[in-house]
Amino acid sequence: MGMTALTIDAEGLKKSYGTRTAVRDLTLQLRCGVAFGFLGPNGAGKSTSIKMLLGLVKPTGGRALLLGKPVGTREVRARIGFLPEHFRFYDWLSASELVLFHGRLCGLADDVLRRKVPYLLERVGLGSQDSKPIRSFSNGMMQRVGLAQAIVNDPEILFLDEPTSGLDPAGRKLVREVIREQRDRGATVFLNSHLLGEVEQSCDRVAFIRHGEIVGMYEMGAWQSAQTEVEIKAARVDSASLSRLAGIEGLVVVAADVQLGGHRLRLRVPSADCLPEVVRCLVENGAEVFSVVPQHVSLEDLFLHMMGPDPGL
Amino acid sequence: MSDKTIDVPLTAEVRNRKGIGLPANTGEPINIPRGPGALRTVILMARVTFREAARRKILWIAALGGAAFLGLSWAGLHAMIASMSPKLPAINRREGIGMMLMMVLYAGSMMTSLMAALTSCDTLSGEIASGTIHAIATKPVRRWCLVLGKWAGFVAMLTLYVLFVEGGSMGVSWLETRYFPPHSFAVLGLIWLQAILLLGVTMACSTRFSALTSGAVTLGLYGLAFVGGWIEQFGALRHIKTCVDLGIVASLVMPSDALWRRAAFRVQPPLLGAAGVSAFSSTLVPSPAIVAYAAIYAILALILAQILFEHRDL
Repeated sequence: MGMTALTIDAEGLKKSYGTRTAVRDLTLQLRCGVAFGFLGPNGAGKSTSIKMLLGLVKPTGGRALLLGKPVGTREVRARIGFLPEHFRFYDWLSASELVLFHGRLCGLADDVLRRKVPYLLERVGLGSQDSKPIRSFSNGMMQRVGLAQAIVNDPEILFLDEPTSGLDPAGRKLVREVIREQRDRGATVFLNSHLLGEVEQSCDRVAFIRHGEIVGMYEMGAWQSAQTEVEIKAARVDSASLSRLAGIEGLVVVAADVQLGGHRLRLRVPSADCLPEVVRCLVENGAEVFSVVPQHVSLEDLFLHMMGPDPGL
Repeated sequence: MSDKTIDVPLTAEVRNRKGIGLPANTGEPINIPRGPGALRTVILMARVTFREAARRKILWIAALGGAAFLGLSWAGLHAMIASMSPKLPAINRREGIGMMLMMVLYAGSMMTSLMAALTSCDTLSGEIASGTIHAIATKPVRRWCLVLGKWAGFVAMLTLYVLFVEGGSMGVSWLETRYFPPHSFAVLGLIWLQAILLLGVTMACSTRFSALTSGAVTLGLYGLAFVGGWIEQFGALRHIKTCVDLGIVASLVMPSDALWRRAAFRVQPPLLGAAGVSAFSSTLVPSPAIVAYAAIYAILALILAQILFEHRDL
């Protein structure tokens, strides 16, 4: 497809404030029709990264193109949508006035907006509340209006900064649906989040950011073969076989304990391909293997693994 | 992988390459929007800012204050007229009313100056802090247009306030005594310019400082000009050159008080001025050049606000 097909193309984006570096190196290539989850603990540089891509914050190094054009230009901004974290706006506006205002700021004609605004409010579940001032709205309802204004211009890239924080389960489901719809339309969805479950359910690709640097990027589901955990039930496992297991390249013994006379081993293996070798190794050392069960590695497991023991610090 | 997930992005990519844009959410074909023009952005922002400002409690309290103030000046004028002996020559009568009206206008100009600083001090800084500006600034609009629109919204609000308080004072004077001050439009214009000048300075501060700091800086400058004005008058009366120079420097740093003194000179009854009885004899009156200076200052403050906002991280 060539380079033109990249919707987001960032190369070594960097932002420092004085001596403090918020983002060390953001290198990222995304195509259209992808929902991308950007994960990291608080203060890891997620918000600064999204703001650099939106043109709100000027990078101190690197370069970034959106839709083939430099970030922050009006031409690019006309084709992207953004839902800020904790979306807030003039609270005397009604939901439809708010979306109308943002539509006008996008340069959309009023006759287009007359049809579009009710449709969007209906889509985010606020069809019956469209004329109420948003002052009376809950956090969840505000996020919904925010989502409607973010897609008012049918964006080709949709940026969502923590869209589900403060949302009830119905609201979270709605956000997931909107993400899926936008992706299926062909838009790139860039989702900042620390709610791993949300990202797991709606994204095709995830990246982990830590201390301002991307520390890992995965195709959704692909890490399960890249990072497989298995639970093995076996009898007569001696320390010699354990140390031989540990010698297999890339294998980590997560846990090994004795249960009801048998052994329960939990191993992280680099790929499922080395499972036969694991079993052979155990059997050759005199162990009796009863079961080898691959474990589901959740995004949370991976997150904690990537971030180390306490990502909050 | 299903056919759909492969197919849709391809179509989208082709569309992308041809610059047709993606299909709309509503299913209708769209052209890629270019964003609103500069004038449209300014009008949109001015309207929303005016409505936002008009909803502030501070404005309504100030309006109530203004109304109370008009009532008070009316009562004062009424009492003064009632106390005047019918034998008093008409010319003396007018001088008395004129003096009174000048005091009322002075208090009014202070109120409009306060309003200019207090209503606008958190418009940029507050919206940057709350994140409201993020949804706006990521739209295809020019940042300087956002600042200009906000400024225009406040200008509209302050214009109405000046007309209400200062125009109202003149109206009260006319209704009670049939006296209308000379050069009333020029006087209203000068007081209006004073408010616009302070608005520009507050907005420029508000692009970088917190609301509280911005308000404090503007009111500090206003106070400096006020004190400078008195030092200059004192110096002129006693012929102390240093005091006059200090006053001039203060006027150059912040010409707000010079504008008021020019307005006061225009509004004072002709005889009083000619006789040199008031504090505003012609040697002390700020020249028209300071008016031009203040106007340029106000415009530069607005441009500075636009530049500072254009180049800051949000």
